[in-house]
This record gives sequence, C-alpha cells and structure tokens, in this order.
Amino acid sequence: MYAVNYHRAASVTDAAKLVKSGDAKLLSGGMTLIPAMKTRLAAPSDLVDLSRIKDLQGVKVSGKTVTIGAATTHYDVANDEKLRKACPALAHLASLIGDPAVRYKGTIGGSVANNDPAADYPAALLALGATIVTNKREISAAKFFIGLFETALKEGEIITAVSFTAPAKAAYEKFRNPASRYAIVGVFVAKGKDGVSVAVTGAGDDGVFRSKEIEAALAKNFAASALDGVKVPAKNLMTDLHASAEYRANLIAVMAKRAVAAANA
Amino acid sequence: MGIEGIGARVVRKEDKRFITGAGRYVDDMVVPGMKHAAFVRSPHAHAQIKKIDVKKAQAMPGVIGVLTGKELKADGIGNLICGWMIHSKDGSPMKMGAWSPLAVDKVRYVGDAVVIVVAETKGQARDAAEAVEITYKELKAVVDATKALQKGAPQVHAEAEDNLIFDWEIGDAKATDAAIKAAAHVTRMKIVNNRLVPNAMEPRAALGHYDKAEDHFTCWTTSQNPHVARLVMSAFYNVAPENKLRVIAPDVGGGFGSKIYIYPEEIVCLWASKKTGVPVKWVADRTESFLTDAHGRDHVSTVEMAFDKNNKITGFKVDTIANLGAYMSLFSSCVPTYLYATLLSGQYNIPAIHANVRTVYTNTAPVDAYRGAGRPEATYLLERTMEVAARELGLSPAELRRTNFITEFPHQTPVIMNYDAGDYGASLDAATKASDYAGFAKRKAAAARQGKLRGIGMSCYIEACGIAPSAAVGSLGAGVGLWESAEVRVNAVGTIEVLTGSHSHGQGHETTFAQLVNQRFGVPLDSVSIVHGDTDKVQMGMGTYGSRSGAVGMSAIAKALDKVEAKAKKIAAHLLEADEGDIVIENGEVKVAGTDKSLPWFQVALAAYTAHNLPAGMEPGLKETAFYDPANFTFPAGCYICEVEIDPETGTTEIVQFVAADDFGNIINPMIVEGQVHGGIAQGIGQALLEGAHYDDSGQLLTASYMDYTMPRAGDLPSFRVSTTNTPCPSNPLGIKGCGEAGAIGSPPAVINAITDAIGITDIAMPASPSTVWAAIRAKK
Ligand SMILES: Cc1cc2nc3c(=O)[nH]c(=O)nc-3n(C[C@H](O)[C@H](O)[C@H](O)COP(=O)(O)OP(=O)(O)OC[C@H]3O[C@@H](n4cnc5c(N)ncnc54)[C@H](O)[C@@H]3O)c2cc1C
Repeated sequence: MYAVNYHRAASVTDAAKLVKSGDAKLLSGGMTLIPAMKTRLAAPSDLVDLSRIKDLQGVKVSGKTVTIGAATTHYDVANDEKLRKACPALAHLASLIGDPAVRYKGTIGGSVANNDPAADYPAALLALGATIVTNKREISAAKFFIGLFETALKEGEIITAVSFTAPAKAAYEKFRNPASRYAIVGVFVAKGKDGVSVAVTGAGDDGVFRSKEIEAALAKNFAASALDGVKVPAKNLMTDLHASAEYRANLIAVMAKRAVAAANA
Repeated sequence: MGIEGIGARVVRKEDKRFITGAGRYVDDMVVPGMKHAAFVRSPHAHAQIKKIDVKKAQAMPGVIGVLTGKELKADGIGNLICGWMIHSKDGSPMKMGAWSPLAVDKVRYVGDAVVIVVAETKGQARDAAEAVEITYKELKAVVDATKALQKGAPQVHAEAEDNLIFDWEIGDAKATDAAIKAAAHVTRMKIVNNRLVPNAMEPRAALGHYDKAEDHFTCWTTSQNPHVARLVMSAFYNVAPENKLRVIAPDVGGGFGSKIYIYPEEIVCLWASKKTGVPVKWVADRTESFLTDAHGRDHVSTVEMAFDKNNKITGFKVDTIANLGAYMSLFSSCVPTYLYATLLSGQYNIPAIHANVRTVYTNTAPVDAYRGAGRPEATYLLERTMEVAARELGLSPAELRRTNFITEFPHQTPVIMNYDAGDYGASLDAATKASDYAGFAKRKAAAARQGKLRGIGMSCYIEACGIAPSAAVGSLGAGVGLWESAEVRVNAVGTIEVLTGSHSHGQGHETTFAQLVNQRFGVPLDSVSIVHGDTDKVQMGMGTYGSRSGAVGMSAIAKALDKVEAKAKKIAAHLLEADEGDIVIENGEVKVAGTDKSLPWFQVALAAYTAHNLPAGMEPGLKETAFYDPANFTFPAGCYICEVEIDPETGTTEIVQFVAADDFGNIINPMIVEGQVHGGIAQGIGQALLEGAHYDDSGQLLTASYMDYTMPRAGDLPSFRVSTTNTPCPSNPLGIKGCGEAGAIGSPPAVINAITDAIGITDIAMPASPSTVWAAIRAKK
C-alpha cells in the first residue's frame, strides 16, 4: 500500500468537502477499496471515511417504504428485524455476501457504488426498482448501474441511502463462484404492483441486467413451472475461467426457477 | 500402550503455542539493524533483459541497496541446482539450463526475480522496486508441455533443444508391447493430471544476516530441510563455507513439499546482507507465493492396460509428458521418474510394465514435489484405468481389483520396488464394508428420485514412503543420501532432549517423537523436548518430506535410545549390583527383573553425570547419537471409496460419503494420523474438484489469487470416515510406514471415478468444477 492521508468524516457535508482534496476517495467498509490499495492497484492520496457517520446507518421501514443508509453493513441488513418482515429476500441476499468478516465491514453503499458485475446488491436494487439517493439527487437503479464497475455517480458524489417499495413477493438465488464466492449467476425475482421483474448479476458482460425471457414467462404465471423449457440466450453473457456463457445462460434459468419457488414458498 | 506412549491419542504439545498465536515464524524474527527487501520480478513469461537502470530507485527514500544479477555473479554466487541426475534412455545426462538467483540476460516466467531492493521499511523497498527501470524485449512464450515439445516452439533454455530435458524410460518395453498384443482386452486412456499451487498457510520468507566481525552468516528460512539448505548453499551457491553458515528453520506454517527446495530469495538475502552491511528480511506476499512457489503435478499421459481372458493384468504401458516449468527445481527430476514410474504396479500383480517420461521446460513456475510427489500421478493413472477397465469388462471395480491384488510378500515389481508387507484385501474389505458398497444401487435409485445423479468410485493406492535407502537412491542419481540422524541427550536430572534432523512444519513431531521416548523410558512427555530446525544445535539431518519422519527420523531416535538404554542398564546394573541382562526399564524406573530392587530413572542419569561410581572404564554422561539409513522404502497402502451426488441442473458435485481404509503399519498417535489423513484427503478432493493453476497463452498466471484459485473450504468436504487395518512394516525397527501423503495420493481417482460413474462417462478433467461437470452432462445427452 502507498502512503495515504486518512480523514474521518463527521457528516455527509463534511465528507463532500474532504473528498475534493487531492485524489481523494470515499471509504466505507473498505472491503473492496483496501485490498485494491494493498495490491497497489488503487492509489488515492486521501481516504474519506464515511463509516462513522450516524445519518448513513441503519434500516428504516415506514409502511411499504424501505430506506437503507449507505453505510449499513451487510451484517446489519441481513439481521434487521424490520427488513426481514418487509423484504426477507434482501436480508437473505445480504447474508450470502462473502464471509462473516466481509459482512461485518462491507456496506450496501460501497457495494452499490462499486457496481462489481458479480456483486449481489445490484440485482436486488434493479429488480426492486430501487432509488439510489445521493447528497445531490435521486437516481433510479435502472439509470444508476451503467456497466462494469460503472455507475451514474459523478466525481465526489456520495450515496446516502437506497430506498424501495417492499414487493409482494421476492427471492434471490445465487450460484457462487467456487473460488471467490461472488455470484457466477445471481437472480433476484420480485413481484410488485408494477408486475414481475427479474434481474441477473454475475453473468452479463455489461453488468447487471433484467432478463426479458424470464420476465415474459413469469408475467402470465408467477410459478416455477412457467419457466419450464424457457431458454436464456448466451449472447452478451460473460465467459471466463469459471464458467462459459452457455453455462451462465443455463444457470440463469435454473436460479430463476428456484427463486420463484422460494418466493412462492 | 501407556497413556502417553506409542498408540496413545495424546493432544499435540505444540498446539498451545500455535493456537494462542505464540508460534515463532521467520517473519517474527527481528535482528538489530534489520532492513527489508523487495524483489523486482519479471512481468513477462519470456523476455530478454536489455537494460536495467537502478539510478532512480537508488535515490528513493530509505533505500540502502539496489542489487542486480550481474553483481551477484561478479561475487561468485552460483546457479541453482537440481539435486538428482537423470539420464535419458540414449545415455545422455539431463539437459539443465542455468538458473541464476537473479536473472541476468533473460527472464523465463512471470515472477522470475531480477533485482533485489533493500530499504528501511517494506513499503520503501516496494516503492523503490517500482522505480527500477528494466527494458525487456519480449519473446514468444510457451506454457503447455506438449506444445513446448513441438518443433519451432519458443526455446526456454539454449541447453535443452525442443525444451526436452530428458527422455527417460523404465521397465521392459518389449515384454509390455507383447502383452498388449496378446491381450484379450486393452483399456486405453489419455489422462491429464492438473497443475496445483501448494498454498502453505505461511508464505515463504528469508532473513539473511552477515556478521562482519565473525565473518559468519545466519539464515532464517521457511524450510522443511534446513541442513540440506546449508549444504547446498555452501557447496553450490558459494554463499559461505558450512562452518560459517547457520541455517535456522523455526516454526514453519506448512510446506506440502514446496519448502523442501532452496529458492533464489534466501540465497540473495544472505548475499545482499553482506553487500549492504545490514540484515535483510524478505517475506513473500500471497501473489509472490502463487507465482513463485514450486507448483505440483502437471502431467499428460497416455496409458494402455492389457488383460488376459481371466481379467488378470498382463501389461501396463505409460507415456508421460511432465511439465517442469522454467527451471529445474531441486528435486524436480526425480518426481516424474523414480517417485512416479516405480509405483506404476500399484497394488497389482503386473508382469510387464513400461513407462516413458519426457520432461519439458515451459515458461511457467518451476514444478517440483507437492504432497505425494509422483505417487499421486501414478495412482491417478492406475486407478482411473482400473475403474474404466472394470466398466469395459463389465466387472465390479472391487472385484477386478481383488482379482489382481498382490497377496504374497515380499513382492518384486517390474519397476524397482520390492513391497515388503501389506494386505490389500483387508483394506478393500474394510472400505467396502464401511461404505456399504453393496447397498449403493439402492442409494442411487433414491437419489434419482430426487433428480440427482449418484456415483461411487474407489481407489486402491500404494505409495513408497520413508525415503529412502541411501545406496539405492544414490545408484539412481540422487545427489544426497536419505538417512536421518538423532541425538538423545539425557540431562543430569533425567529430563531428555531429542535432537532430530527431521523438521516439523505441522506434523506434530514434538508430540509423537516424545511419545516414543515415553514408551521406552517412562519419562513424562513434559520432560521430553524435541529440538529441530537449527544447524547450530542439531547434527546433520535430511529433513521432512516423503512421509519419512516417522519411518526414518523416529527410527534414528530409536537407535539412539537403544544406545542410551544400553548404557543406562550398565550403570544401573553396577549400582544395583545385578546382572546387566536382568535390568529392565519400566514406568520411569530402572529395575532388576523379578526383584524389588530398583532406581528411579533420574538417579541413573544423575549417576552418569556425577560419575562418582561408574563401571570401570565407562565415560561419564548419558548422551548418544545415531544415524539410521533405511533398509527399504515403506509401502503404505489403502482403499478409498467416494460417493457423490450431482445436481444435473447446475453441475454441482456434493461428496456425500468418503471412506478411507489405510494401512500405515504401526501407529504412534492415532489422532495425529487421522489429522494427516483428513488433511491429505482435503487436498486430494481439492485437486479433483476445486484446484487448478491456469496460465494463459502469453504465460500470465490467471489463478494468482484466491479470487480465482479455489482452495478447499470446510463446507466443500464431507465428514471423513477413516480407519486403519495395519500390517507392521518389517523394514524399520518401529514398524512404521508413514501417513503424511496417503490422503492426497489416494483420493483424486476415487472422486473422479465416482463422478464419471454418476454421469456415465469415461473421463472428466480435474478440477471437476460445476461448469465442467455440467458441460460433461450436456455433452453426453
Ligand atoms: C473476501 C470477499 C468476498 C466478497 N464477496 C462478495 C460477495 O459474495 N458478493 C458481493 O456482492 N460482494 C462481495 N464482496 C465485496 C463486499 O461486498 C464489499 O463490501 C463491497 O463491494 C464494497 O463495500 P465497502 O463498504 O467495503 O466499500 P469500500 O471498499 O469502502 O468502497 C468501495 C468503492 O465504493 C466507493 N464508495 C464507498 N462508499 C460510497 C458512498 N457512500 N458513495 C459513493 N461511493 C462510495 C469507494 O470510494 C470505493 O471506490 C466481497 C469482498 C471480499 C473482500
């Protein structure tokens, strides 16, 4: 790791000021940024730590509206009682991220900002039609996740929360990369007032996306059997050491089926 | 069996310091004035070094020295060696290319060390390493051994034409060909043994300290083999004469073979310490471990196994290409030859065997011994072939094996080995019973009802441990003898120190070796200390690998204990005025048999040191040394049965049952043996299902971190069911065979046999990851 200046931000306003200095980067749980710094792949001059800002922490549920502070850890999302009632699928998703150490430190804001193509949260937020709230504006998930590690965030813009309307039914099924335990394919299905939406992470060569084929099949009948024989095209899916595009296409259908079964259970 | 003696499940003495974080590893060592090193490594798999400019780096903050291979050569530091000479079948010696500890003209794999930077802090050393400017001219690389042999492939070393290091054979080609020709059935296969990264928990590290006043070097290093490290660094690398070089291997966090060898870094740290005038420490980071620790396996073979009409094997023919990487590591040449092809008879009566092995340079990390070293590769060939043969012949895999078992001992195989004892049928019976082999069909049907594919696979392995008789290995080309030494020092108050040339890096020697002393003299374990890993304390030794510490290391201790016992009995007979032949040592007392006359153990020790009243002419003291050279290899064997269930939708394999029935000879501590078997099977399942090193065509290691290299985790493994049916080894005084590698040797074919059985196919590549299994199921449809 190169030498770096560390700042602990007291508030979002404070952080917004600090992040302007030098080649500063926001630091949340550090589970992505710190390893990159240790291997010298990232070299910020300054770190602005958001993790102690009270306003960015915790889950709020009011009526059907769920709001999760950006600095809420995966552990807290997984174990929040209100969320487990309002949207158990998202709490379950958080419990599948990494290992306990990662879940104790890593945060939803950091994960969303990083938009790793194999991260879990993007699938949920896209399927739930969530809103990403920053210190400047509100952005819909559909507009927020742009490509591999690419988001709509502007230089120095800080995510403060994500919010969404709790779905009637939802579930997440993840097929893990055997080495990293990130998603080779993760499928989040949600059935809400605007219909069924299905988002896929880990597979798209341009990051998280919605599967038209699966959504079309489920629109008529939200049942696992509706997916029998549904084929997902391998085009635009990633091929890497761990999985071919064809294998990923297969897994999308299989995981979707299992997710629907879980959502209906 | 006493409560602490041989056969007792004694909790490991050393674990207290390990599990409380109090172990002392090389990185924990601090020497006054110590500074830190970073290596500049090649980012290219194959390139000429055109220019090295260190000026900028030298001017960086905290930098003490930036040193290159040219300076190292100018100081007369030698090239790395391979310690086992193999001759090709045409009689020519193996074609070894030079391996300079710091590359001079050319780099040959990603990670090849080029420059060392010494600085005040580790961070400063790394910063300055980035400032070293090296101009490379990139060359085409070759990573695949088969491709490397083709005409026109990139040449890794000028010395080895077509990258062929040697073309070696063993056995009787004519007789084997004739057997295949006359056979009622021949099973033919192409079998790949995947390349693995050893992944010891502790990365390699070295601390070199040159003491100018004494003109003396000390090297702390993560070695399984500190004495041989000193020998080789003195005799071949010209670091310093042996009496001016002390090598210490303190607590070492796992080796699995990868820490047997001498690597460039320890040599360079010692030299750099003299050059810069400061002690120099280097600790690998995990990326360096992936890139530069010697890898394991990486064989491609074709096999033909011939059967007569009674399903008896009549011949076995093997052709293997072994990838040795960019340089020949210390024991790289013996692994795919004498540690491999000599085991191709397995547990079977095979009248004719022939193996041809070509070893090849490629632009990849050096390949050397990794847990099992050659024997897993041999076992994989045999046990995959037996399984497929059984299917082709329409026989039960268990019965085909039983039909061919060797049942009489000693048994001379056609490939050097002379098996001294074993009962292969007993292991097979134990394993088939424990796994309810007979009830498998029912379980398969039940799984099918759940939409799962269930399969069963077995593996009857044999290996050669306790390496090895010195004269035998010498005649086969080894540069060293493979005996072991021990010194037993009884202190004046009766406590005992045992100095051993074996080295413990996870094996539990501090416990098992003490159990032997307890068995002999009744001294409590707490009063026995095992001293190892320091060339200033311990007489010359040969280190730990090849499951040799029990069979060879403890045999040396037993020999030294014999001498101590003989002297103690003489002293006791003198003091008790009895006949020497009537003295017995029991439960910490030295007694006259059949009487109530006795002395406590410590009084005999005290008498030896006060020397007030010793038999006439006897020297004072109670301390003996012994060197033990084994009479033969030992031959652990066993039967492993693996049962898997595959989810055909995702290709995920779950190991639902794993049974191991081993024959390890006499057992010192069953708990430690079980631990060794568990660990070995975990590594074997790792190879079969999860692990694999992959280079791209340009020679970049794609699996250079845990994000891409899959290590077995607890959740990937079943609860192992292990047992032993033991035939004592007649070739050493303790009847021990060794258990350190068996699990890694026996398990991969059992797993792959189960998977191919479940899917109904002949072969599948390791690691059989979910995507590979899914593709195989799809291809079959
Ligand atoms: C071993 C391991 C396993 C993992 N497994 C998984 C897995 O299975 N699934 C998964 O989804 N993830 C996984 N992760 C990643 C983990 O979820 C991270 O926590 C997450 O990707 C980043 O969150 P963080 O809080 O640690 O962010 P940090 O590392 O602190 O920051 C990441 C990036 O986001 C920026 N950032 C952080 N907070 C904000 C903000 N509020 N506004 C704007 N930008 C911000 C930072 O500047 C940085 O660029 C794993 C990580 C590790 C180390």
